[in-house]
Amino acid sequence: MTERPLTEHIRPGEEPLDIDAYESAGGYQALRKALRSLSPPDVVKAVDDSHLRGRGGAGFPTGHKWRFVPQGKDARHPTYLVINADEMEPGTFKDRLLLEGHPHQLIEGILIAAYAIQADIAYIFLREAYVTAARRLSQAIADAYDAGYLGRNILGTDLSLELYLHISAGRYICGEETALLSALEGRRALPRAKPPFPPVVGLWGKPTIANNVETICNVPHIIARGPDWYRRLSHGTDGGTKIYGASGRVKNPGAWELPMGTTIREILEEHAGGMREGFRFRGLIPGGASTDFLVEEHLDVKMDFDSVQQAGSRLGTGTMVVLDDRTCPVGLVLNLIRFFAQESCGWCTPCREGLPWVARVLEAIENGAGRAKDVEMLRRHTHLLGPGHTFCALAPGAMEPLQSALEFFEEDFQRHIREKRCPYR
Amino acid sequence: MLTSEEIEEIQAEFQRYEHRRAVCIEALKIVQRRRGWVSDDALRDLAQYLDMTADELDSVATFYNFIFRKPVGRHVILICDSVSCWIMGYDRILDRLKNHLGIGFGETTADGRFTLLPNVCLGACDHAPVLMIDEDLHREVDPEMLDRILSQYG
Repeated sequence: MTERPLTEHIRPGEEPLDIDAYESAGGYQALRKALRSLSPPDVVKAVDDSHLRGRGGAGFPTGHKWRFVPQGKDARHPTYLVINADEMEPGTFKDRLLLEGHPHQLIEGILIAAYAIQADIAYIFLREAYVTAARRLSQAIADAYDAGYLGRNILGTDLSLELYLHISAGRYICGEETALLSALEGRRALPRAKPPFPPVVGLWGKPTIANNVETICNVPHIIARGPDWYRRLSHGTDGGTKIYGASGRVKNPGAWELPMGTTIREILEEHAGGMREGFRFRGLIPGGASTDFLVEEHLDVKMDFDSVQQAGSRLGTGTMVVLDDRTCPVGLVLNLIRFFAQESCGWCTPCREGLPWVARVLEAIENGAGRAKDVEMLRRHTHLLGPGHTFCALAPGAMEPLQSALEFFEEDFQRHIREKRCPYR
Repeated sequence: MLTSEEIEEIQAEFQRYEHRRAVCIEALKIVQRRRGWVSDDALRDLAQYLDMTADELDSVATFYNFIFRKPVGRHVILICDSVSCWIMGYDRILDRLKNHLGIGFGETTADGRFTLLPNVCLGACDHAPVLMIDEDLHREVDPEMLDRILSQYG
């Protein structure tokens, strides 16, 4: 039986464990263990040794990030911990499961992380559309305050932490770490120049760590059962389990906690149940809208950060969107690019002007008005809007599915142009 | 003028942030919850109260999908237009909704009952296609279900 530490107490469709039930199931014992027998650097080392990498998409080693917070005589307070729960990457629905299904696990993770980086104040930055998550988190936070897990001198120790739920008002760019900080400060949510990086100069200029929901939910388990146990959960070099998901025309769309490094084939065939009757697999984007397509030849790739990168894409959020043989790849990419064009913050010119331009060209091709030169022009834009040419990662992310669609599905683009229509309609 | 209830609700937010202006998103939502939308007058009053210029506050307000700077109907329909819902039949649902309500995106029915808005991924891709009405998420929506769904909202 595979271990599922993050989701074993989650019962979809039912209310989450309340504080009493969570405590009965061993909840808040990892916090007690950390406060009693581990120093903050011990906690950071345990997370380092666990090989936990950030689950928001970038895969940065979590312990390593925490070490950037100035400590000792260089420490500046208040230090902030911000939990990124602004899940808006198209195709992604994994943090919703954890937020709705097990809020106390997240709170315990926040407490241990706050202890490790010596944070004074934590925010959960939640997207507005997650109404159920907001209700359950508010209740869990109130209960944790009542039980003495939040506030001053937690469990009689020197640890003090205020935890606030910040509910955003809906904009994709807020998920970008520095835009999120601008948003929290009540400014237009534009990304900021780096360096300085947020662990040194973050929220209101103070040291700030931003971690994804799923990342932080791993922390209590690493502390409770040790980094060696955690590493062994995985099929690869990154530690732990991963919440994978699949949507599109598969028989059983959903999300599953599986060993990190489970193959695409196992996720698609065993968990998602394969393709629906009458549909054939053509490809997938493995981790949200901003990841490159993978195709049949990649089905045995392990879904961990390094393996997916070697295959030419990114693990991203690990929730895959499947393209079937009756869905137009040009139309799908147009849908993705329109999303990015709309959600561009408008700050830098290549993104603000380039994405609508790419969308218009794709629209022309999809509607039968494409020209022979358009494919080459799109290809050029994947470089013009690519890494190094924009202020943040939004436009380069948008170019990932486009550049790989041009590689794997070029004939579909050419056929649209030749036949002056969408062959899928 | 902000009402005393609005001011009281906004004041309760101040302790959560280091600077006054940081409550502006929540403050906009407080006003919107009570008035349905954020008018130019409300925006100016709010900006003054938060020590911001009206333009600064508007640059925040207009940045977000959920702050309404125009009046909306009693119920707001948000239809997910992102990739998984698009694959699973968003077009058919949108067509039916537009026909049924006689409005397009950004418009409100003549009786003031519904406003129709597109929305980015609602994070329920395993139940695509989805839409939200007010705070309710409707999953695996079929065009045939729409009459019944809409009838729940008076």
